[in-house]
Amino acid sequence: MLQIKNLTKIYDGGVKALDNVSFEVPDGQFLAIIGLSGSGKSTLLRCINRLIEPTSGQIFWNGQDITAASQDEMRRIRRKIGMVFQHFNLVHRSKVITNVLAGRLGYVNPAWSLANRFPKEDIEKAIAQLQRVGIADKAYHRADELSGGQQQRVGIARALMQDPEMILADEPVASLDPVLAHSIMTYLEDINSKDGVTVLCSLHFLDLVHRYADRVVALNEGKLVFEGLPKDIDDKKFKEIYGREAERVG
Amino acid sequence: MNKNRKASPWKSLQVGLLTLLAMVIFAYGFQITEVNLEELRSETRQESLIRVTRALARPDIFEYDQVEDVLNYPIYVPCPADGRTPELPEHGESDPYLVITPACAAPGETVQVEGYNFAGNTTGPVRFVPGSDPANIVTLGRENATTDSDGHFILTLPLPNRPSEDVQYIRATLRRNVGAPHLTQTAIDTWDKIIETVFMALLATVLGTILAIPLSFIAARNLMKPVKSSLTSISLSVLGWPVGIALGFIIVRWVGDVSASVGSNVLVNLASIIIAPVLVWLGARWALPQEELTPTSLPVRLARLGMLFLVILLGFYAFFQLANLTMTAGETLQVSLGSFSFLGYFLFQVGDIVAITTPVLGALAAGGALGSFMGRIGQIGSEKLSLPGLKTLNLVLAPIAGATIFGLLGQLVEWLYQIGDPVYVLWGPTLTGAVIGLLLAVFTKAKDALPIGMVIYSITRTFLNSLRSVEALVMAIVFVIAVGIGPFAGVLALGLHTIVSLAKLYSEQVESILPGPLEAVEATGANRLQTIIYAVIPQIIPPYISYTMYRWDINVRMSTIIGFVGGGGIGFLLQQNINLLNYRGASAQMLAIAVVVATMDYISSVLREKTI
Repeated sequence: MLQIKNLTKIYDGGVKALDNVSFEVPDGQFLAIIGLSGSGKSTLLRCINRLIEPTSGQIFWNGQDITAASQDEMRRIRRKIGMVFQHFNLVHRSKVITNVLAGRLGYVNPAWSLANRFPKEDIEKAIAQLQRVGIADKAYHRADELSGGQQQRVGIARALMQDPEMILADEPVASLDPVLAHSIMTYLEDINSKDGVTVLCSLHFLDLVHRYADRVVALNEGKLVFEGLPKDIDDKKFKEIYGREAERVG
Repeated sequence: MNKNRKASPWKSLQVGLLTLLAMVIFAYGFQITEVNLEELRSETRQESLIRVTRALARPDIFEYDQVEDVLNYPIYVPCPADGRTPELPEHGESDPYLVITPACAAPGETVQVEGYNFAGNTTGPVRFVPGSDPANIVTLGRENATTDSDGHFILTLPLPNRPSEDVQYIRATLRRNVGAPHLTQTAIDTWDKIIETVFMALLATVLGTILAIPLSFIAARNLMKPVKSSLTSISLSVLGWPVGIALGFIIVRWVGDVSASVGSNVLVNLASIIIAPVLVWLGARWALPQEELTPTSLPVRLARLGMLFLVILLGFYAFFQLANLTMTAGETLQVSLGSFSFLGYFLFQVGDIVAITTPVLGALAAGGALGSFMGRIGQIGSEKLSLPGLKTLNLVLAPIAGATIFGLLGQLVEWLYQIGDPVYVLWGPTLTGAVIGLLLAVFTKAKDALPIGMVIYSITRTFLNSLRSVEALVMAIVFVIAVGIGPFAGVLALGLHTIVSLAKLYSEQVESILPGPLEAVEATGANRLQTIIYAVIPQIIPPYISYTMYRWDINVRMSTIIGFVGGGGIGFLLQQNINLLNYRGASAQMLAIAVVVATMDYISSVLREKTI
């Protein structure tokens, strides 16, 4: 169970990215986060694994207060939270397998990382994860030789390496075409339903939300403006979330 | 509108005045830089310029062996009153001979000198030899003869004002080349020195690159900005560093003594450096489990820490043994390898370097280890302790840490300037530091994370920038004093300059990496070190290679002139030849420099293309 309580983030410049946001996510749920660009979706996701330090508020995960965790505890928390990014965020010049193995860094002793060594089981596991996302043959290619869809699958394999209990996906399909988008979303759905991993996924397209999400929260200018089932987003709600001039497409 | 029209003449006046000012400044520049074409018109200048330019155009690289025909023919200057004529030397039918007409003349008059039967197409001076000794090496005049294909020449020779009753001589020295051309001594010396130059540049670049890489990370804003620590952690870390360095130095020295007492027997050395690494490997495997899925208990952690300590001691022991072995092997090889004795020399020097640097490395490593260990304790403390308790702890620790830093700085000042007054170099700084620490502890919130990363960043940047502004040539002067005249001083000077300038360039590259992968690796739970290894280093390899090549280029060019101050390399030879007015020699060296620099330029551009 992930509980977010009164979460607020004000950036150095005074921009209020999150304004007193509170909601709960039960284990195993596929939660979609929607809202306009700049509405605070990315900030919210990054506050959960403290890539961004929240200004105030609390985040409880399985009873533990993430916002109060020490550096050591944070390492243990982060390694159970996988993250998938809009721009994939692979290290371009490294091999695909190295990128996937990086998902294991939260477990590996830093002293051995210094010598670039991973346990043998991890390497086998990395190959298995690549198999799961269907690109095991690319394991020893450089990451930038892959197409966008393939890179995102590497990103998912990297998150899977962490044995995650939760995956934060920050617009994972926003830079992919619709066909690829569905393929990537299918992987996330599969991980959610088969492995029971909680997924928090920010999305742009409502048809994807309807197709994949169990529940939706909507942000507008940092405020939580909607919380409920995807089918409950009617035209009125839509205008509230996306503004008066917005038109529904797709 | 009206106002604008009124302002217009004022504007043009302004422009006029500015133009005038610019001209005055430029005119002053002429005086300062002594622009003077008068000198260029002077005949002696032009003559020298032509002479030097021609010498430069003929680098002293090839020469022929030469044979000379030297003839001394007598002449009376002036004609003797009794009408004597000089006794001409005998010569065979085909031997060269001279005909001087007239056979005597007054000083200042000219005579005609004709030569016969010389070798064809040879040249050489024809000079007046004052005094009555035909072997006199002093000659007067500047006439040169060139024979035609039949070995005949004719020239008019002005006689100098050296009247004498005795017979004097005219000497014709005609030289001709024999055999194939061969390299001159200058060319051979130039070759030796240019090789020295290239290797100076190579060593300096390698040394500089190795040390610049870690420096570049702490001089990169994007890596250092997120580094924040609580005051407790910083204070404990500051206290840990000097204690760690002192302890590390003592312990590693002790290990060195143990290693020395074990003996310099080759077999013992060999056994040690085989067995020790195996033990180190096994110990490290136990002490550093590859993956920890659950938190371990305190006793296990302590046992592991102890094991790690033992492993490190053993590692240093192996280092000392290795140094000993390489030095022994080097010495033996130096005697037995003949022309490859430089390999033995290399081994011996490497062994020596290992032996010297091991205690320093040990001290630094221990300092770093204890510093970060104490820092962690501080971090844990500041997370767990209650606010008032922490505040009290800070009020104690921060002044002590401040006093330590400033006290050590004071000692550095004392060492540099020998002030000798403890008020200024010990008590004063210590007190100041303590007060600063106290103020920090009072005015910061106990749990606040202070931007220590930016402090370290600023100090490193300042240090790099100030050292970078000192030219390698100036550094060489200092190193010449430290290690003596020669290429090693040059290597150290170039190396130091390479470290500081590469660290700056590298760190700018680190600052321009993509933040995405950094964020992704951090999100997996990787710590700072792992983030650098897996997200930063892969991104900076291409620019690092390209900057290193560029620096190698610069070092080759710099090492050609570092010899001017005694830093070894070709510059020494070049300066010597310029000072001796031996422009043909200098020209050979300049040519060598040009060839080497152009070649390096080409090689580095090819390599750069290949690697990126």
